[in-house]
Amino acid sequence: MKKITKSDHLKIYSYMLKIRRFEERSAQLYGMGHIGGFCHLYIGQEAVVVGVLMTIKKNDSVVTTYRDHGHMIARGLDPKKIMAELTGRADGYSAGKGGSMHMFSKENNFYGGHGIVGAQVPIGTGIAFTHKYNGDKNICRTYIGDGAMNNGQVFEAFNLASLWKLPVLYIIENNKYGMGTSVERAAAGSDLYKRGEAFGIKGEIVDGMNVYSVIKAAEKAGEYVRSGKGPYILEVQTYRYRGHSMSDPAKYRTKAELDEYKNSDPIEVVKDEIIKKKIASNKELDKIGKEIIEEVKSAADFALESNFPDNNELYTDVYL
Amino acid sequence: MSIEILMPALSPTMTEGNLTKWLVTEGQLVKAGDVIAEIETDKATMEVEAVDEGFVEKLLFKEGDVNIPVNKPIAIISDQQGSKSKGTKQSEVSVEEKKTTQKKEVKQNENQLPKEDVVLNDEHITMREAIRDTIAEEMRKDKKVFILGEEVAEYQGAYKVTQGLLEEFGEKRVIDTPISEQGFTGLAVGAAFKGLIPIVEFMTFNFSMQAIDQIINSAAKTLYMSGGQINCPIVFRGPNGAAAQVAAQHSQDFSSWYAQVPGLKVLAPSTPLNAKGLLRSAIRDPNPVIFLENEILYGLKGEVSSDNDFTIPFGKANIAKEGSDTTIVTYSIMLQKSLEAAKILKNEFNLDLEVIDLQSLRPLDSETIINSVKKTNRIVTVEESWPVASIGSEVVNIVQKNAFDYLDAPIIKVNSANVPMPYSSSLEKLYLPQIDDIVKAVKEVNYI
Repeated sequence: MKKITKSDHLKIYSYMLKIRRFEERSAQLYGMGHIGGFCHLYIGQEAVVVGVLMTIKKNDSVVTTYRDHGHMIARGLDPKKIMAELTGRADGYSAGKGGSMHMFSKENNFYGGHGIVGAQVPIGTGIAFTHKYNGDKNICRTYIGDGAMNNGQVFEAFNLASLWKLPVLYIIENNKYGMGTSVERAAAGSDLYKRGEAFGIKGEIVDGMNVYSVIKAAEKAGEYVRSGKGPYILEVQTYRYRGHSMSDPAKYRTKAELDEYKNSDPIEVVKDEIIKKKIASNKELDKIGKEIIEEVKSAADFALESNFPDNNELYTDVYL
Repeated sequence: MSIEILMPALSPTMTEGNLTKWLVTEGQLVKAGDVIAEIETDKATMEVEAVDEGFVEKLLFKEGDVNIPVNKPIAIISDQQGSKSKGTKQSEVSVEEKKTTQKKEVKQNENQLPKEDVVLNDEHITMREAIRDTIAEEMRKDKKVFILGEEVAEYQGAYKVTQGLLEEFGEKRVIDTPISEQGFTGLAVGAAFKGLIPIVEFMTFNFSMQAIDQIINSAAKTLYMSGGQINCPIVFRGPNGAAAQVAAQHSQDFSSWYAQVPGLKVLAPSTPLNAKGLLRSAIRDPNPVIFLENEILYGLKGEVSSDNDFTIPFGKANIAKEGSDTTIVTYSIMLQKSLEAAKILKNEFNLDLEVIDLQSLRPLDSETIINSVKKTNRIVTVEESWPVASIGSEVVNIVQKNAFDYLDAPIIKVNSANVPMPYSSSLEKLYLPQIDDIVKAVKEVNYI
């Protein structure tokens, strides 16, 4: 495995913290009425996408669900333009026409942001198909929520990916609940990754609260997929602190359960590692934290100062 | 006693077949279940078994004879060896019948008005071949183009449209999929997002309902949702609408379903000529295109352009027949029926009809329709779809808004019955718009 350098540790910490602060700010702007519609926060799940990010190559592709803000930040996209999209402004990644659930950056090989549960799975499989068709040795990472693992098209895609040995790494972000229904109440049998076994797809469970476990598993799985052996499934066990979306009553889980996960907070895991290895002091980490708060605040300011789309934009981008 | 063996119908839409091989000779004893001949249709080659026992008295067609109508006697079996009866005579009748069949084909061709600026090939080809040839021509030009779907490769196409493509382009670009429409449609959409140009064949558009979320929510909307970043150059094609007696779940017309969706373009060819021009436009377009073929039209022969770059633009209707008395707006298979109706109305009522073949359902050529109505002052829409919120409904809206003062009669829509498609051939005929229905509607708008 590639060694995690000092700067890697700090990069991991910064990205995870940036995602958290960004999402907290999003919640605030939602409460103030600047963000509308559906808004799905990534708080608690930061180790998943940042762990995978550490193993990604520039020309690899990514496609994910509607819980996508953190994914975009991890892909190195500009928080200003993400926040501008959340607030429906012309400077947003989708020019204000996509919103929280539908954001894309083709130049960064980020293919959304998809609002329909499960739909991104055949799409990601098709992007992987293109990598194979073009013979470019890149792979597509396709994220799947635990809720989508009961959706038929996911298994159609698994079948095709395995049949045609497509370079796709499926990453199940199992945050325990599909909206308000726990995995136990939605999925027969245990271990979602095992559903790939019927199609000859290997997989494993990964501790998604520990970024170092994610990095290790994602690197190994990524190499497997890139070598042409076909798809692979990582079932990353994680937890979302906030509700499914902003209007979630959270009646379906206990506070004790939430607190238990918060006690093994993924950002604290990284912080502890950094302090233990004497990579940076508490004071230095606080400084990083303050810088991130400023960066996120300026993203929010940028968004709120941006213009709403021109009325003419209603009719553009329907056809190329 | 002699028993006639008839040319069998091997598929719901087969009207004639070719005798590729005799497996028996005259005088030979055959038992029930023995294979006696190989018959080739435009879709498949099948073996014909004897159902009765006896001696082959006479083979009425030679190996290699083509276009033998369904239910025509092809052989006579006798219970006695060496008996010779009416066999020879029947053979003569068959030859006559063959001539009639050929004539019928030429007659159909008159319904395809060549465009003035198009150089036409002398050789007539079928709609099926026109579609296949266009796919092949575009695949030769652009390596990004590939085709996938159920039975498109080794089987050579469920309706033989993709015949020969696997041999020419190989399995990388001509891809058999499992029966998983949602999966392979979503996969193709992803491939298009990433820059390839997939042609997705639905065995029929009825099965596209399994995949309609990917077509509408993913293919049609992503360009808009991404602020213009991610386009989806893809063609969804296959037979749409009724075939013959395949009943409710396999006979639906989806023209207005897809034409309603911003982000999609929808084409409906009616002849080999426009099938080539429209399909080429579809494959070369950077947007998702729904290409609605018709199974019954696959065997329709006609001229095509000899230009391998011949395209018909989106949103351009074709005036298939010029006239001054009443406008018929139609598309796909109903073009042929409308033209037949126009002949009857000319002969019996001296009405000179203008028949507009829409070709492109989204975008729709409002201008051609409006100009025609301004000239004829009467309009009838003819289509196979259900009547509610159909393409015809949209045409009615366009006309009332833009040519209200020119109308001399209320507009009449001719559609299929507002019920699921029945199986029985008698009810099926009643369900579908017939030439008589069109004649009746045109008479009505002329107060005849």
